[in-house]
Amino acid sequence: MDNGFAISVRNLVKGFGGFTAVDNISFDVRRGEIFGFLGANGAGKTTAMRMLCGLSCPTSGSGTVAGYDIARQAEEIKRHIGYMSQKFSLYGDLTVSENLTLFSTVYGMSDKDIRLKSDMIFKTLEMEEMKNCLVKDIPVGWKQKLAFSAATMHAPDVVFLDEPTGGVDPVTRRKFWELIYQASSQGITIFVTTHYLDEAEYCNRISIMVDGRIKALDSPENLKKEYASGTMDEVFRIVAKDAKRGD
Amino acid sequence: MNLRILKVLLAKEVRLMRRNPFIPRLIVALPFMAMLILPLVANFDVRNVGVTVVDNDCTELSRRIAANMDAAGFLSVKECVFTYDEALQTVENGESDAILVIPPGYSADLLKGRNPQLSLDANGVDAIKGMLGSRYAAISATQTVSRWLSEQGLPLAVPHVNILNYYNPTLDFRNYMIPALMVVLIIIICGFLPTLNLVSEKETGTIEAMNVTPVGKFTFVLSKLIPYWVVGILVVTLGMLIGWLVYGLVPAGNVGCIYLAAVLFSLVMSGLGVTIANKSSTILQSIFVMFAFIMIFQLMGGLFTPIPSMPHWAQYMTYAVPPRFFIEIMRAVYLKGAGISDLWPQYLALSGFALFLCLVAALTYKKRA
Repeated sequence: MDNGFAISVRNLVKGFGGFTAVDNISFDVRRGEIFGFLGANGAGKTTAMRMLCGLSCPTSGSGTVAGYDIARQAEEIKRHIGYMSQKFSLYGDLTVSENLTLFSTVYGMSDKDIRLKSDMIFKTLEMEEMKNCLVKDIPVGWKQKLAFSAATMHAPDVVFLDEPTGGVDPVTRRKFWELIYQASSQGITIFVTTHYLDEAEYCNRISIMVDGRIKALDSPENLKKEYASGTMDEVFRIVAKDAKRGD
Repeated sequence: MNLRILKVLLAKEVRLMRRNPFIPRLIVALPFMAMLILPLVANFDVRNVGVTVVDNDCTELSRRIAANMDAAGFLSVKECVFTYDEALQTVENGESDAILVIPPGYSADLLKGRNPQLSLDANGVDAIKGMLGSRYAAISATQTVSRWLSEQGLPLAVPHVNILNYYNPTLDFRNYMIPALMVVLIIIICGFLPTLNLVSEKETGTIEAMNVTPVGKFTFVLSKLIPYWVVGILVVTLGMLIGWLVYGLVPAGNVGCIYLAAVLFSLVMSGLGVTIANKSSTILQSIFVMFAFIMIFQLMGGLFTPIPSMPHWAQYMTYAVPPRFFIEIMRAVYLKGAGISDLWPQYLALSGFALFLCLVAALTYKKRA
């Protein structure tokens, strides 16, 4: 099972009726890597990610996540990953600590571990006086940090982040990325989709999806060299200029 | 199935239910409203039947018939006229519901030992009022005539019948409705709440956060069903308390039989609710489908129309309507004091439905699209 890759995908396709959302993509993500999954709106990023997380069945193609087959071992994959969606997905009517307890228990953590980890999270996020607040009452930046902590609390092999920093200011985003680096330094592989191209610079490698296909895949430096541009912004515009989908 | 996970999921459901500004109030308010108002309103007792008398006889007897009819509880004589056309006019105006025609020479014919006929025509637009009203009027007229005949020393023309009603001695419609109203409450509360709960998790996206965890789908669905056993028990308890305190109606049978049936039926409804939620992507969609089921349940379950009065084909269909069995249990336990040994086929049917629908709920729940 150990081929050195946290995620390995070959010829993955997802069609909805006549529409092919993900059209034959293949790529590998190394263990411990921060992998940026870029693309215009409607390019198929979320659909691809949902297949990797076991939320959606691939139409065809194969792949492994954390060493488990995405077509047949979806429930095994779920034990070894964390997921944070663009739709903020903690329970708003539960308190901060109730949410953490709920999700970590579902992942099978012991009560003692849950207590220790929660205290650590409250300390690193400086949320100690917020832990008994209802999640719906805390600011969006905090919610995102909390959701990320909930997704990584059980020390997964891979964590999937679907536009984790939507709608927050640059300072908050910066802080969020510090959390990502921290998790990465603990050996968690990060798979992140984003629309912010400054964030793309923080990734070890990035892929750019256009109309369901991967059009470019390399480190930010190599991509900038290849497309002879100074910024990722320009690279993205060159790669995605022929996109037919999107809004 | 992991009990520790089930426990934490149940704790989550209970907290979310308690912190919802609306649901705890609904669980208490709906039984109060339904039990305090509906038994007084939803009955088929027919009162104030207006009768127009066409008196072509104009004797002491014919006037007595009209007077006694007016004095009878459910009838009131609106007018005495001399032609049928005038009488029909009053029915068409909506002033009266039935016409009693006393033929000319009625009392003279009776005295001569002939068999003259009174005729009674009823307005059938409101079928129940027409039918029952004309029965009441016929009974009143017959009584007056027999009393008059015996006063004249003549033999009684009609045999007298005494009626005695078992189990609901006063034939009070409330006693029939109250046990069944608790069924309606469980249909609405335990049917809608789990549906709305699950679909709103879909709409807010929290269900996705659950689906991407290793939580077992049976465990998750069970956490959506169990809270509604408790809600069902709560609703029935409230209903029985109101039935006792307000209407003085207590179950003649064992309360345990009622609770057992309530738990089974709550499972039937919540299983159905979760199944509908699994197949709906918006709250609107799920409410619409649930309404269709609830309407059939209310009309076909024997709540208003007694099942034996339905056409044969419809009677067979009611075996597929789960509330039918719960209503039978409730009425039998409440009014006749029946127990599980008398009602085992109904309990068996409810258990079957509960098991089936909960299984369908678990199987249609998809963690993966």
